[in-house]
Amino acid sequence: MSEFKALDGNQAVAEAMRQVNPDVVAAYPITPQTEVVQVFSQFVADGKVDTEFVTVESEHSAMSACVGAAAAGARVMTATSSCGLAYMWEITYIAASMRLPIVMMIANRALSGPINIHGDHSDSMGMRDNGWVQLFSESPQEAYDNMVQAVRIAEHPDLLAPVAVCQDGFITSHAEERVEVFDDSDVKDFVGAYKPVYSLLDVDKPVTYGALDFYDYYFEHRRAQIEALSHAKDVILEVAAEFNKRFNRNYGLFEAYRLEDAEVAIVVMSSTAGTTKVVVDDLRAKGMKVGLLKPRVFRPFPGPEFVDALKHVKAIAILDRSASYGAMGCAGPLFLETAAAFQVYGPAQRIPMVDYVFGLGGRDIVPSQIEGVYRRLFDVAGTGKTGDLVTYLGVRE
Amino acid sequence: MPKLMGWRDLPIGGVIEEAGNASELNTGAWRAFRPVVDKNKCTNCLQCWIFCPDMSVKVEAQKMVGFDLYHCKGCGICANICPVDAIEMKTEAEAARAEKEESK
Repeated sequence: MSEFKALDGNQAVAEAMRQVNPDVVAAYPITPQTEVVQVFSQFVADGKVDTEFVTVESEHSAMSACVGAAAAGARVMTATSSCGLAYMWEITYIAASMRLPIVMMIANRALSGPINIHGDHSDSMGMRDNGWVQLFSESPQEAYDNMVQAVRIAEHPDLLAPVAVCQDGFITSHAEERVEVFDDSDVKDFVGAYKPVYSLLDVDKPVTYGALDFYDYYFEHRRAQIEALSHAKDVILEVAAEFNKRFNRNYGLFEAYRLEDAEVAIVVMSSTAGTTKVVVDDLRAKGMKVGLLKPRVFRPFPGPEFVDALKHVKAIAILDRSASYGAMGCAGPLFLETAAAFQVYGPAQRIPMVDYVFGLGGRDIVPSQIEGVYRRLFDVAGTGKTGDLVTYLGVRE
Repeated sequence: MPKLMGWRDLPIGGVIEEAGNASELNTGAWRAFRPVVDKNKCTNCLQCWIFCPDMSVKVEAQKMVGFDLYHCKGCGICANICPVDAIEMKTEAEAARAEKEESK
């Protein structure tokens, strides 16, 4: 039987880690992820898990220890935020290219400078080409559910890649909510036993990890890695189908909220999608046909699927919680990938699209602002004129 | 050199499945200078065999019999350590010319 508990996003993630009972966790505390490391280390101290908990001196070492342990054939988990992720940078690529199924929670936080500890997506958006699968979570419940699924996704033989489970720093990492925690045995049964393809500890089948690769093989290894990520969508959907059936959920590559008959739509990830749902319901009550697409998966980017879900609307606003400095029109990454998807897979009739950069460094976004976005979208749909490509929502002029 | 594989045939994650296959790598291709031994001077003291940082000095029945040129990178340590100056480092071009003349 599952149980409902009052947990914040970090505690919910630590709870999932306790139930998965990984062989190795190597992590370094950083705000706002610290609580995951703190709560999980308590589980270790209390003997509630068998995990070898490696207390490292930095995030670079945390990810390095994870890589070593995963290469040895262990089931490995970690967690970080912001500058911690930046410090792991070099090794995140190595984890991905060695095809090590490490699962990492990221409590999304702004990058310095100026120094800031609050939530935005610039840390995870920076790692979008590192070769990791990225799942974004709206709530503590989704962070918990995604952590459980991430293990199966990462270890799937058709994929074998590290997975990052993201949630909004402080906004959900520190917000206590009602979280359904499944029975320990159900989670253990769902994730199953991990059978690594290779193990450094297998003396009967010795292998070399991390050999030098020049112009003769580097390209081929990268090509194989690209191929693996191209299967990730199917793997994510396969794992979600099993998870949904077993735990009564409805996960896919994205969530469509009142989108089927919508005339205008917002695309936004993580906790702001929750705020947007409130606005959607309010405006629907007033007879305005508005909808929401909440991407759950950013890597691999579900371009054709997003286009298919949005192709009937008359105007789209993308809300980016990160900036891409010097990108085309200085638009955010979610906008640029969505716009590219419409260029490649979209209908012949162009749908006007605008971008909003919002919430940098934890700046609040409130329902009235989101309502303003929907009202502008009706203008855009009516006139066909988009105006500014990028609007900075909530910045003081 | 071993045959180059296509990406579909590679083991996952850049892993090398065959233990000790570094010996297949033709490190001799890096060589600019080639050690040439004069067996009339050589005393078979085997200092070259001891000091070679690879395993490129060939020994048979406790006698130095030449070099493994598939792996010798031409570092010159053998020539430097030889107590009787029996090993000379020749440029590859020079050594190749000499070989060509010998075969005439």
